[in-house]
Amino acid sequence: MAVLGIRVHPRDNVAVVAADVQAGDVVRLDDGTEIRAVDAIPRGSKVALGPVACGEAVIRYGEEIGRATKDIAAGEYVHTHNLARGK
Amino acid sequence: MSEDFVFQGWRRPDGRMGIRNHCLVLATVACAAGVVREVGRRLPNVVAVEHAHGCGRGGSDMGLQVKTLAGLVQNPNVGAAVLVGLGCEVVSAALLKGTLASSGKPVETVVIQDVGGSKKAADQAEALARRLLGELEELPRQKGTAADLTIGLECGGSDTFSGLTANPAVGKAADRLVELGGTVILAETTEMIGALGPLLKLAESEEVAAKLKAKVERQEAWAREALGPLADVVMAPGNVESGLTTIAEKSLGCVTKGGSSPIREVVDYADRPGRKGLVVMDTPGYDVESLAGMAAAGAQVILFTTGRGTPVGFPAVPVIKISSNSELFEAMPDDIDLDAGVILAGKSADQVGEQIMDLLLRVARGEKTRAEINGQAVFAIAQQGPAF
Repeated sequence: MAVLGIRVHPRDNVAVVAADVQAGDVVRLDDGTEIRAVDAIPRGSKVALGPVACGEAVIRYGEEIGRATKDIAAGEYVHTHNLARGK
Repeated sequence: MSEDFVFQGWRRPDGRMGIRNHCLVLATVACAAGVVREVGRRLPNVVAVEHAHGCGRGGSDMGLQVKTLAGLVQNPNVGAAVLVGLGCEVVSAALLKGTLASSGKPVETVVIQDVGGSKKAADQAEALARRLLGELEELPRQKGTAADLTIGLECGGSDTFSGLTANPAVGKAADRLVELGGTVILAETTEMIGALGPLLKLAESEEVAAKLKAKVERQEAWAREALGPLADVVMAPGNVESGLTTIAEKSLGCVTKGGSSPIREVVDYADRPGRKGLVVMDTPGYDVESLAGMAAAGAQVILFTTGRGTPVGFPAVPVIKISSNSELFEAMPDDIDLDAGVILAGKSADQVGEQIMDLLLRVARGEKTRAEINGQAVFAIAQQGPAF
């Protein structure tokens, strides 16, 4: 069964999962886009919708919320281990 | 519904409209707390407020304390007040009363050192409060509309859903209230760090934009100075547990509760807005201090969103609690007034925004919020300098 993923803005490269996700589960956005999770992702956390290279911006609400601190693959769990905001 | 946003309130001498008619018994200094608490025990109908302030700080903090305490007495939901001081403090009952002359409200004072100690002070304050409660009962009610309302916006214990459900729904209600001529205060400068992009687009003028930018940049500089690299995660542990990673992510979700009206003005902590419509107030993100700033500015009601769940309320000012997810609404039903988590199940932010307006009207007409029923009322003033 697919888990709902919530993307706010078309520019966003992450979505929030509405329920706990196991590795291998499908996350489906409201426009039908599907992404296969490569990690377990807790409800309310973010899944990468595409690859994000180390140093690139992570976008939510159409705005930069921080930068990838390592290469992130599509379907990966995105949180403090691979995303930070810094000057 | 909203066309008939009419309630019966209490018009104060300064022209503003209360949706409650409270008698405040206020400590002017921490040392008077015991007396105030005793009066509250004897007279459950008064709003008894004690706090940790009133002495022992530098000039600018003392100024903030006087402004905020005076603002609380002047809040339109307060009809009359008894100020209880100790006698040797900086924020004395006489000093505070002196700043309140223009409010036209009945304000009485009791000074513990002058009347011979705590017991006598409590007896005198009780007698004065009884008289004031009787006088307040005689005040006639008058018709009020949405244009008479100033609502404060707050989020506390945010989660990743806050910016998807509860905050956008509050934003819709905020837009509606502004359309109807009311005033909405968006506060919490810490939770604007990283969110200047969308906020500056709402600024009515270059002057407003420049002031907003300066406030948020100063707050970020303070955070960086005090917290170093942690300034990028200036959040409570529960925010991070819920999935929020950076302050920018939290902020971008937070500011959606202001809605999409033009920002007319940026005011300092506890200052009364000079404009109607959407205004920004410079406050910390810390809930209880932010609430005090908005209440002192005259907010008669607070819309408060939460993802983790918080019972926080405020003295004399009803706080409406809105959950960002339905699990929280089910888990803490006695603390939450309305669930915006239904947006995840397909309801629109517009629909929940309308529910919020309906509830706001019921509260303006006297319905008690969960925080009022629970007697949840904490009070703290934002401070900047060291204690002496």
